[in-house]
Amino acid sequence: MKVSIYVSPKKGVLDPAGQAALGALKSLGFGEVADVRIGKYIILRLEDIDAGKAEDRVQEMCERLLANPIIEDYRIEMGD
Amino acid sequence: MRFGVVVFPGSNCEMDCHHVIDKVLREDVDYVWHQQTDVSAYDCLVLPGGFSYGDYLRCGAIARFSPVMEAVADFAAEGGLVIGICNGFQILLEAGLLPGAMLRNTSLSFICRFSSVRVENADTPWTNAARQGQVLRVPIAHGEGNYTADEATLAALAEEGRIILRYCGEDGEVTAAANPNGSVDNIAGICGEGFNVFGLMPHPERASEEILGSTDGLLIWESVMAHYRSRG
Repeated sequence: MKVSIYVSPKKGVLDPAGQAALGALKSLGFGEVADVRIGKYIILRLEDIDAGKAEDRVQEMCERLLANPIIEDYRIEMGD
Repeated sequence: MRFGVVVFPGSNCEMDCHHVIDKVLREDVDYVWHQQTDVSAYDCLVLPGGFSYGDYLRCGAIARFSPVMEAVADFAAEGGLVIGICNGFQILLEAGLLPGAMLRNTSLSFICRFSSVRVENADTPWTNAARQGQVLRVPIAHGEGNYTADEATLAALAEEGRIILRYCGEDGEVTAAANPNGSVDNIAGICGEGFNVFGLMPHPERASEEILGSTDGLLIWESVMAHYRSRG
């Protein structure tokens, strides 16, 4: 089973990489860009686990390791 | 006094710490491999700088699950002295032994140079040999030293005197211009609730000998030794 996890800087937390990309986009003439947030896209492949359990397990993986809840939010998408 | 310098795969300041403790402070010191689970032989644990586990995912995020970290947490919970320097500070944050988190430096650059930091609380195990407000010249070397925490945490840190070091100018003034990395309130070092756990981005082990341009880092080591001896 494929699982997609999107980790992004929490609202209100400074994102220096996003700010740098925003500045660069503006200087390239993309004045319509109001904000850039840069996060991570993590793809997992799970084996030998039923779908009901899997989401809870992935949530625990995010809380314990894959995201830092102090500075990051995450969103999980189960399946392809 | 016996120090243990914890070595993770990717640590790179452990030899500097070992050298200073052994040759300059003339205290007992061992390396403690990250697989070790017994740290009861030590009076102070040092988590050195480096790039543990390649700093993959987030700095310190993987190192915190090393077998030794459970022993470090137990040691700290019992009042044991733990200092995390640079990557060691990041590991203590990820492990929840200190509050808050690190973001990329606002400049996005890795910064390696001397910094000035002001002692904000000289009544701690780590700073008792310094004067309140003393300015220390100690090098920093990091890409992710931009400390952040939620407002409640910051208020508690300030109120309880747990902000130990702040980036400042050479005159000791804490200004935005003196902040190398964007760290909130110019924070360079903090303590946990019992003051026995200390995390800081500057490297005291790189400022403990004249030949390296500063001996201000010695104040940190001498403080913890004095604290240990006063405890008996």
